[in-house]
Amino acid sequence: MSQSLVRFIIGGAMVSVFAIIGDVLKPKSFAGLFGAAPSVALATLAMTILSDGSSYAAIEGRSMMAGAIAFFTYASLVSRIMMRYKFRAIWVTLCLIPVWLAVAGGVYYFVWVR
Amino acid sequence: MMRIQVDLSTLAQTQWHDYAVRFLFGGLITTLAGIIAKQLGPGIGGLFLAFPAIFPASATLIEKHEKEKKESLGLKGEARGRIAASIDAAGSSMGSIGLVVFALVVSQFISRGRAWIVLGGATVLWLGVSVAVWQIRKAL
Repeated sequence: MSQSLVRFIIGGAMVSVFAIIGDVLKPKSFAGLFGAAPSVALATLAMTILSDGSSYAAIEGRSMMAGAIAFFTYASLVSRIMMRYKFRAIWVTLCLIPVWLAVAGGVYYFVWVR
Repeated sequence: MMRIQVDLSTLAQTQWHDYAVRFLFGGLITTLAGIIAKQLGPGIGGLFLAFPAIFPASATLIEKHEKEKKESLGLKGEARGRIAASIDAAGSSMGSIGLVVFALVVSQFISRGRAWIVLGGATVLWLGVSVAVWQIRKAL
């Protein structure tokens, strides 16, 4: 329980710091880089190294590549759809979360499981 | 070449609950990634280190700010809000290329060198690769 609480606080703080950096930067496309900052990864990997060791963190890092490829697909699709259609950001970003799950799971399965 | 600027006035536009939402989602996904790794192993858990946890909240916030800015000038702001969110998402897609490099460096070097140096170096590389991709994209 206490480890989860520490993860929550460190993760929340790390994400907030990168989000604030993104907020104050211009132009928008440059600020957007910080939307893909490794904030959750830094918080999680730091905790993982302390609790389970660096070999365990290396396996997480390997899978994270699949997650990052999925992030690229997800963010590119959000950008295209927001530019072309009159949908609100909240609906586009939430409705495309299954795309992230499918691509991340698909890459992980075909590259490392099969 | 396009100049990168720091505009602190945007911090005043952001309300405390916007910060709270991002802190909450960031904390939740970090906790969740740890729980998933414990239950299903580091292979599945690692996927969630690149989950777009705060993306919906950030995109909605950008759309809202741009819309309000235009409407305060008496103009319709909906289209501008959508375009701003789209441009921000395009930036994030470039940042995610840096994120792949971050993950690659961590997976290859974290168990060989000092973990903190590897994490720091991977973060610097994430920024370097992301900025390089952004500059190349702008130059095209």
